[in-house]
Amino acid sequence: MTSRSPLWELTLTRVRLFLREPSAVFWTFGFPILLSVALGVAFRNRPPDPVDVAVCHGEGDSALVQRLSASTDMHVQLLEDGAAASALRTGKVAIVVVPGSPRTYRFDPTRPESRLARGLVDDVLQRAAGRLDPVVVTEAHVTEPGSRYIDFLIPGLIGLNIMQSGLWGIGYVIVETRTRKLLKRLVATPMNRAHFLLSFVFMRLLFLLVELPVLLAFGALFFDVQIRGSLGAIAVVSTLGAFAFSGIGLLVASRAQNTQTIGGLINLVSMPMFIGSGVFFSATHFPDVAQPFIRVLPLTVLNDGLRAVINEGAGLVQLWPGLALLGGIAAASFVVALRVFRWS
Amino acid sequence: MAAPWGASAPEPPLIPDASTSPALRVQDLVKVYEGGVRAVDGLSLEVSRGECFGLLGPNGAGKTTTIEILEGLLEPTAGHVEVLGRSWRHDARAMRERLGITLQETRLPDRQTVAEALALFRSFYGRGRDIDEVLSWVSLGEKRDARYHALSGGQKQRLAVACALVSDPELICLDEPTTGLDPQSRRQLWEVVERARSEGRTILLTTHYMDEAQRLCDRVAVIDHGKVIALGTPRELIRELVGEEVVEFSVNGGDIDDASLRALDGVSAVRRVVGHTALTVSRIHVAVPALLALVEARGLALDHLSTHSATLEDVFITLTGRHLRD
Repeated sequence: MTSRSPLWELTLTRVRLFLREPSAVFWTFGFPILLSVALGVAFRNRPPDPVDVAVCHGEGDSALVQRLSASTDMHVQLLEDGAAASALRTGKVAIVVVPGSPRTYRFDPTRPESRLARGLVDDVLQRAAGRLDPVVVTEAHVTEPGSRYIDFLIPGLIGLNIMQSGLWGIGYVIVETRTRKLLKRLVATPMNRAHFLLSFVFMRLLFLLVELPVLLAFGALFFDVQIRGSLGAIAVVSTLGAFAFSGIGLLVASRAQNTQTIGGLINLVSMPMFIGSGVFFSATHFPDVAQPFIRVLPLTVLNDGLRAVINEGAGLVQLWPGLALLGGIAAASFVVALRVFRWS
Repeated sequence: MAAPWGASAPEPPLIPDASTSPALRVQDLVKVYEGGVRAVDGLSLEVSRGECFGLLGPNGAGKTTTIEILEGLLEPTAGHVEVLGRSWRHDARAMRERLGITLQETRLPDRQTVAEALALFRSFYGRGRDIDEVLSWVSLGEKRDARYHALSGGQKQRLAVACALVSDPELICLDEPTTGLDPQSRRQLWEVVERARSEGRTILLTTHYMDEAQRLCDRVAVIDHGKVIALGTPRELIRELVGEEVVEFSVNGGDIDDASLRALDGVSAVRRVVGHTALTVSRIHVAVPALLALVEARGLALDHLSTHSATLEDVFITLTGRHLRD
């Protein structure tokens, strides 16, 4: 019998074992799609909700309600003082208007919808009282694919998926192999150790070839998410991202002796990026002092690169600093992981 | 049959007399673990080619540490190790090509099939055997496509041995190959090992089962506290250290001194073990009546009396005063 190459057999083993693990298949392929459906539906574009306004009992309250109700942007109710205060506190209304002289706007200025309500209410009441606007303006409304939440979300989910599959699909599986004493058994054979580690990287790249088209096609078919850049550029950015997270997966797995430890380590590594790297909301929301740190997180770099290509049609030339950073992270983590790896 | 040494070896032996050197040569081996545990303490051994050699000893005696150093999986603290005429420092890869091992505990991936596991191990070696041939050798032909988690303990262990055999190794190291198996599985595994021996392969195994060592091994080294405390064929060890038969007894109402027991006709040694006294005897038909007469003469009552052919277990008790399983 002629035997196949060890690297081929190792990679085949990885692919088979992955496909025979239903939960791994679900988390890699099913979960991102479910998440994008749920978030895409929850944050779908629709006309803005009317602002909830409460008016307290007092002199001239019914006139106030009448004037405010004339605006389609507002939903107005007349309430007792106590009920109005409670509605404001629990967020059922954004602002409470207290009649009298002077008229009082009661609201929390740290809540964006309250500030919006204050502007709207004041605008309607001032105009009704006879204010004239000296500047004439017209409005041009823009809503097009590319600027919606789902357009922002899909590249983020691709990035998240690349991170999670790299860390769990490599890190966790290696530590499990170690706890089964299988690593020790393998190094007692003439197996080339680099082949063993490479087989994990090859498996990741192979599944990337499936994950990536599935998510992109799903976004295009169900949410009309348009891909403005080239597919080749997406493939390059994703592949470098997969290399970087494969390297980090190897690194976190290089010493861990049991699956609890590796689970904790993976969460420790991935949680800051899960929150900070702009998967679900833009990383620019974090304070300026945190930005230098957030900018160099591999998932931030990957997500920014994917969004630049998918949403803005950027080419690889514009992205080179990020791509270089991902490549550097991949190379450095491989080298360190190989040096410190515990084979028994 | 095994290919002759070097026939399809990837590279010629670096040491000219490598093919005539012993399979294993260990000199003054010492292993001290971090934290100061001295697992192996000056152990020396030599195993000839084609020999089945047993390392016998209780748990914690240093058997696994020794065998893992020989397999190149652990670094010795001190001492000289030569495997198939070579040293791990210079020829590790070539040595791994010629070595087949099982560890005390290896679990293959649950969802890997028997044939897949074997094909994977086969792919690591430059030469080897057909996997179906190896599967029928270890009686797993029918389980070819079964997943690992569906195998019984005995089948898993035979698959582990198959992974060691698939490279057509010259030296096979088995660490406690039958621990925890039922009697039938143990016998099946013994047959696999016996066939490997009949093909001229060298086998090193560790065990704490006396019957296993007695049945399989040409020679055994009894190990305790990281040292060899006895070395020889099972028969030699038993005859020299214990004698032919062992009589165990206990009495009620008093005790009989060692000197009187030793003076009995046919008794060659007296040992006190917890709860009873053991006599090593050469002629049981003379010794037992003499013992009964002595008990009666002292006015004592016999509480327990049994006899058995001496085993390696008796060798261990003679040497250490303890049972192997203590």
